[in-house]
Amino acid sequence: MPVALADPFLPQPYRVERRRRELAGTVTLELAPLAGACPAFAPGQFNMLYAFGVGEAAISLSGDPASRATFVHTVRHVGAVSGALAGLEPGATVGVRGPFGRGWPLAAAEGADVLVVAGGLGLAPLRPAIYAILARRERYGRVVILVGSRSPAEILYRRELERWRQRSDLEVRVTVDHADAGWRGHVGVVPALIPRADFDPQDTLALVCGPEVMMRFAANALLAAGIKAGRIHLSLERNMKCAIGLCGHCQFGPSFVCKDGPVMSLERIAEILAVPEI
Amino acid sequence: MDALPTTRTCAILDRDGLQALIAALAARGYQVLGPVLRDGAILYDEIAGLADLPAGWTDRQAPGRYRLERRADEALFGFAVGPQSWKRFLHPPVETLWRAQQGEGGLLFSTAAGPSPRYAFLGVRACELHAIAIQDRVFCEGPYPEPGYAERRRDAFIVAVNCAEAGDTCFCASMDCGPQAEDGFDLALTELIDETRHAFLVEVGSAAGEELLTGLPRRAAADAERAAAAAVVARTASQMGRRLDTAGLKELLQDNPEHPRWSEVAERCLSCANCTMVCPTCFCTTVEDRGDLAGSSAERVRKWDSCFTLDFSYLHGGSVRQSARARYRQWMTHKLASWIDQFGTSGCVGCGRCITWCPVGIDITEEAAAIRATLPEPRGEDHGGH
Repeated sequence: MPVALADPFLPQPYRVERRRRELAGTVTLELAPLAGACPAFAPGQFNMLYAFGVGEAAISLSGDPASRATFVHTVRHVGAVSGALAGLEPGATVGVRGPFGRGWPLAAAEGADVLVVAGGLGLAPLRPAIYAILARRERYGRVVILVGSRSPAEILYRRELERWRQRSDLEVRVTVDHADAGWRGHVGVVPALIPRADFDPQDTLALVCGPEVMMRFAANALLAAGIKAGRIHLSLERNMKCAIGLCGHCQFGPSFVCKDGPVMSLERIAEILAVPEI
Repeated sequence: MDALPTTRTCAILDRDGLQALIAALAARGYQVLGPVLRDGAILYDEIAGLADLPAGWTDRQAPGRYRLERRADEALFGFAVGPQSWKRFLHPPVETLWRAQQGEGGLLFSTAAGPSPRYAFLGVRACELHAIAIQDRVFCEGPYPEPGYAERRRDAFIVAVNCAEAGDTCFCASMDCGPQAEDGFDLALTELIDETRHAFLVEVGSAAGEELLTGLPRRAAADAERAAAAAVVARTASQMGRRLDTAGLKELLQDNPEHPRWSEVAERCLSCANCTMVCPTCFCTTVEDRGDLAGSSAERVRKWDSCFTLDFSYLHGGSVRQSARARYRQWMTHKLASWIDQFGTSGCVGCGRCITWCPVGIDITEEAAAIRATLPEPRGEDHGGH
């Protein structure tokens, strides 16, 4: 019987180095270990972040995978734990376990077009994949980034999206559900952008993250556009307590989202994804 | 009937020999746990000797019903299984994982796990041996073995007992999990009791078992005694209160998440979580984070959890499984189907606890049979066009 060498439940202390307000209730934290360097992570993986005395939450990594100095996490205040994390100031300590889970299959995207589809905060776990692709841009075909947001004020990483839009080797399209007076872009849901994007459906890897209902519609639109289910990858979210497949909370049919995901191919999960309350 | 592998070392212990076995385990530093009579049930707790065992008692079980009754004899293991399983020792219901201290340089985390007691379990039934083997797969064979479980499991000494009676809710035979203890024990006992004798045929299952047995007062087992022990198990196998047809069951459940039976059972299910608490394989846990009033220290406590609670699937905005229908479906489909995808084995050993301890008597074997019985006709080529 194998015996673990280290305790996978024990968090490591990290210091908040920087805190940036992104949107109302949403901040990005940069965390550095009190000792040593950050472990390497793959785009799409997540950490368990512990707020002292409050609790732990699964938060995706949203920084550059090439940087080992800090972990970057974008946190939105939706509950007690995320609220405590989002309220942390530089100098505070948090507990970190991770990185955990399976990330985006970027190796399978090499030589192909890449279609990134993000809804709301779903752009956070996709950003490391975009960084990794841009770091080796020559390895990929056309790269399209489609982003949906409720309103112009809620567009995550807006300045970065604008910088990316200036690049000639990226196609970036942003849509909002509800425009304001100053908005001159698309209005509507993000799956509606898919037919307008320029990619070769026979040779495209699609990476999707957002609210589950948005992912269902996006998956159908991607299938309708001609991308095969095995080339469509979604990042799922479920309640998680342990992150290592032992607590049972994150089950999604036969899968544990924490260790079989969070990124899973549509081919694997299509049937389950269609069942309400599964 | 070839129930007893002839290659195993066998011997006969009388009551004094069994007493000596308990004493020998205690002398080796084991905390010896066995069946005891408490709170109107047979539970597992620390025992010092034979006097602590529920001599002369049996249990009568039915859906939603458990009662103790006197036996006509003084059998020590003349009952089926009670509400507890060995899970509560190997995978404790409440366990502190770590403590955190707020210090000068920031947070300091330290593991809370002390050395675990070395357990000796006396009276582990065949279904429970299978349940332990299933939890071994869950906790020890993934990418992150559970360190506490692995340590307790590695150090445990297991004395199995072959069941001499099957309860009304038992169905281990159809799950291929009993009633014969075949594997996963150090020693296995079969109680032989009639007008002329009260003795235990003991089989050796490991080197540690062999070593322990060598020091006990015992005598060789006669062929007739081996045959008598085999007959005990064979009779139990023929008395199973229920059966579960597992043929194609995985696909049956996974292919029918919208079967009307899920709504029907949800009208009876109270979502009380009893079935998951008494199940010897259910492994789900939650955590509780506690801080002190001064804000200087905190701890994280792990507790058994149940997929029947709303909180279990809570994500910001609400629970994924809002309805009792979805929660019952998750439990049963996990237990009998997706468990096989996850761990290469069914999660059910046929112990019947979930049936006995369900306050409204929901019977997992009946629910599975109902789904099987009312399947829509498989679509043939002639009418498959819609």
